[in-house]
Amino acid sequence: MTHTHAKTATQNACKLCNPLGACLAFRGIENCVPFLHGSQGCATYIRRYLISHYKEPIDIASSNFHEETAVFGGSHNLKIGLKNVSEQYKPDVIGVATTCLSETIGDDVPMILREYKKEFKNGSPMPIMIHASTPSYQGSHIDGFHAAVHATVKALAVKGSKEELINLFPNMVSPADLRHLKEIFGDFGVPVMVLPDYSQTMDGGPWGEYHRIPPGGTPASAIAHAGSATASIEFGSTIETSKSAAGYLDVMFGVPGYHLPLPIGIKGSDRFFSLLETLTGNKRSEKYEDERRRLVDAYADGHKYVFEKKVILYGEEDLVIAMTVFLREIGMVPVLCASGGKSGQMKKRIEELVPDMDELDIKVREGVDFVDIEDEAKVLKPDFLIGNSKGYTMSRKNNIPLLRLGFPIHDRFGGQRMHHIGYRGTQELFDRIVNTVIEMRQNASSIGYTYM
Amino acid sequence: MEQIGILEGRQKQIFEKRQGITQPDIACDTSSLSGSVSQRACVFCGSRVVLYPVADAIHLVHGPIGCAAYTWDIRGAVSSGPELHRLSFSTDLQEMDVIYGGEKKLYHSLIELIEQYKPKAAFIYSTCIVGLIGDDIEAVCKKVAKETGIPVLPVHSEGFKGTKKDGYKAACHALMKLIGTGSTEDISKYSINILGEFNLAGEAWIIRQYYEKMGIEVVSTLTGDGRIDAVRRAHGATLNVVQCSGSMTWLAKEMEEKYGIPYIRVSYFGIEDMSKSLYDVAIHFPDRPEIMEAAKQIVSEEVKTLYPSLQKFKKALKGKKAAIYVGGAFKTFSLIKALRSIGMSVVLAGSQTGNKDDYARLKEMCDEGTVIVDDSNPVELSKFILEKGADLLIGGVKERPIAFKLGIGFCDHNHERKIPLAGFIGMYNFALEVYQSVMSPVWQFAPRKGGTL
Repeated sequence: MTHTHAKTATQNACKLCNPLGACLAFRGIENCVPFLHGSQGCATYIRRYLISHYKEPIDIASSNFHEETAVFGGSHNLKIGLKNVSEQYKPDVIGVATTCLSETIGDDVPMILREYKKEFKNGSPMPIMIHASTPSYQGSHIDGFHAAVHATVKALAVKGSKEELINLFPNMVSPADLRHLKEIFGDFGVPVMVLPDYSQTMDGGPWGEYHRIPPGGTPASAIAHAGSATASIEFGSTIETSKSAAGYLDVMFGVPGYHLPLPIGIKGSDRFFSLLETLTGNKRSEKYEDERRRLVDAYADGHKYVFEKKVILYGEEDLVIAMTVFLREIGMVPVLCASGGKSGQMKKRIEELVPDMDELDIKVREGVDFVDIEDEAKVLKPDFLIGNSKGYTMSRKNNIPLLRLGFPIHDRFGGQRMHHIGYRGTQELFDRIVNTVIEMRQNASSIGYTYM
Repeated sequence: MEQIGILEGRQKQIFEKRQGITQPDIACDTSSLSGSVSQRACVFCGSRVVLYPVADAIHLVHGPIGCAAYTWDIRGAVSSGPELHRLSFSTDLQEMDVIYGGEKKLYHSLIELIEQYKPKAAFIYSTCIVGLIGDDIEAVCKKVAKETGIPVLPVHSEGFKGTKKDGYKAACHALMKLIGTGSTEDISKYSINILGEFNLAGEAWIIRQYYEKMGIEVVSTLTGDGRIDAVRRAHGATLNVVQCSGSMTWLAKEMEEKYGIPYIRVSYFGIEDMSKSLYDVAIHFPDRPEIMEAAKQIVSEEVKTLYPSLQKFKKALKGKKAAIYVGGAFKTFSLIKALRSIGMSVVLAGSQTGNKDDYARLKEMCDEGTVIVDDSNPVELSKFILEKGADLLIGGVKERPIAFKLGIGFCDHNHERKIPLAGFIGMYNFALEVYQSVMSPVWQFAPRKGGTL
């Protein structure tokens, strides 16, 4: 029997709102300030939430609506805000994302931005302004993330003669993952335009002096070249066509787009490395062959610990899909693949990659919250949970261990430095999964073995 | 190094104390300047923080998911019993709800949640969008209250309708509706309510214990380890003791007007203010001198153990400089005194929501050269930390990375803290935390202290 409640309200949400994703993505553009057109609280709450994970300053400007703004429109406030941000931060780019408030009153942000450029053209240097529509009553944070990436490419990419360059749209991965990806491209000897690249802005070094905007990120000038790249690679399984940056470049500039699930696991990473070999004509370096060999060896060493272990997986849909494939590759059974996101595609995508999912009783649920997941857990009785920190409440209550990955990691140290992708990321995940099982066994043992 | 300028629209909210120069009053109590990256939140935040620790009520956020998601279990307000406040409920409004209205969704959500969790009351927070689509929250609340038999209280906290302070007021307004609905039978004449104490890391328990030791009955702690039934009988107390004056003074004034209960303002941070908060309550009950005797006894006992334990910190911290940027200005007064008592001076003091009187008092208290700021932002805070050579920043989560990036110590004095900083024991914890952060050897690697970049 399933423990269900009549559920109209969302209880302990397994998602965040649209503008958060946009702010993070804009943080991956060099010298860019994210700007939320709405109430002051949105910017402040999102800053607090991101800081708690990344442990980095993240300044998000706000047009700070008040009552008159809501009545007469946000144009005036937005313009003052843009002017003040330009003055105080001297940005190259301002990434303007909307909120439920500005979307509902129907502010025409592109028009306001055009007016602003006209009105202030003789003032201080005019930053590039990018607008992403991110109403909080639609989708979740991952939609805002993709909307901002898409809007950026749309605003900046231009047509040019073909050049040796690959665009990489890596999805919402960790700063460590981004650094790893750049290293891979470097080793393949091919120039890459990564968008967004918050590997340094959200995980950087100490400052000798104050930086208005932390160093790092992909420069607008580099994003302009996206239209003349040889190819785009986009990680993700459920990105809507209208929000796919790779799709846009394909249609507008004939840059072929390759859409891959997040490269987690050996098969997932193989697919990515093979694609790079095809696109560059170069063989992967021995370093990655070694990483792969060590991973295959580790799978052998650890396989007995993990075989047929049952887990509940949750998080952004693309992460859950890629993780499901990886877990199947090591013999684990994700009895529930859950997400607060609601693309309508998650089950289909998993089915394509894990054809025997029904036989294995793998359940897929979109649009759930942590109370739904908890209800499922009571029936499915997983060995542990895999997902972000927000599952801790139900993990503790129901005494089910939690292996943390993705975003947010608010109750452990170093979430921003965690690897998830490639052979290296998979190795890290595999080690952590095996160790979770070993720890569970050690804790449950009355003997207290000092070797496992 | 590049000079950091101050935005034109912000200059009146910043002020440096200089001898012999008459300076205009600091501008405050205004909404934040657009684009200035204020550290403030919104009206909703104000309401949410005040009511959050009421642990046997459900707190339903009516709006899109963000407002509820970002405030889910983010405060250190602990409960001795039920923990409904640590759950996050949202009507999670979708596009269709925005178009056709969210009243039905609100109604069903409430009925189901009350059935599922059996709370003593429900607080319904309006968010920005509700202020636009015009849902009749009052009507839904009334209907649900009638059907379920528990108080269902609307909190008008649309994010854009004012500042965080207006949110405090909306929360107090909801509390006012509860106060006066419970029995005041058997309440002692020597009784108080504790207002504006949120029981972060169990602080309200520490304070309550002191007062109870003095022979005073604590009728309600209202918002710290809060219970609906206690709030309902709060009007039976003889005196309201208000901390965090920014959030609860309005309620105290209302209670004074309606029930004739006088109030005093106190602070539980630092030896001086903590002691005073016990004495001031005792003074209120002159017909029972043993209350004052007990207060003196507590202070003397506590100080006797606390004072020697602080000397190690004082010795190490002597001459170090601190910057303070917190939510309410009242807290800065106590922090200045507390820092002085461990040998530190204050070079920057500011708050998100201070008023004119607060800043005038701050000006009086501060040393020459101290910078005072209202509703500041990361750029300004960094500028003054660098210019004044601060060794420590006291603030909340949003201020923390500024300190660490610049290579100085940090003390979390916000709602997320897990260590009690109130009371005499809190003063020890505070000094310890400051000491542990300022004296850490890790700063030797910070570029400003000679480390390589």
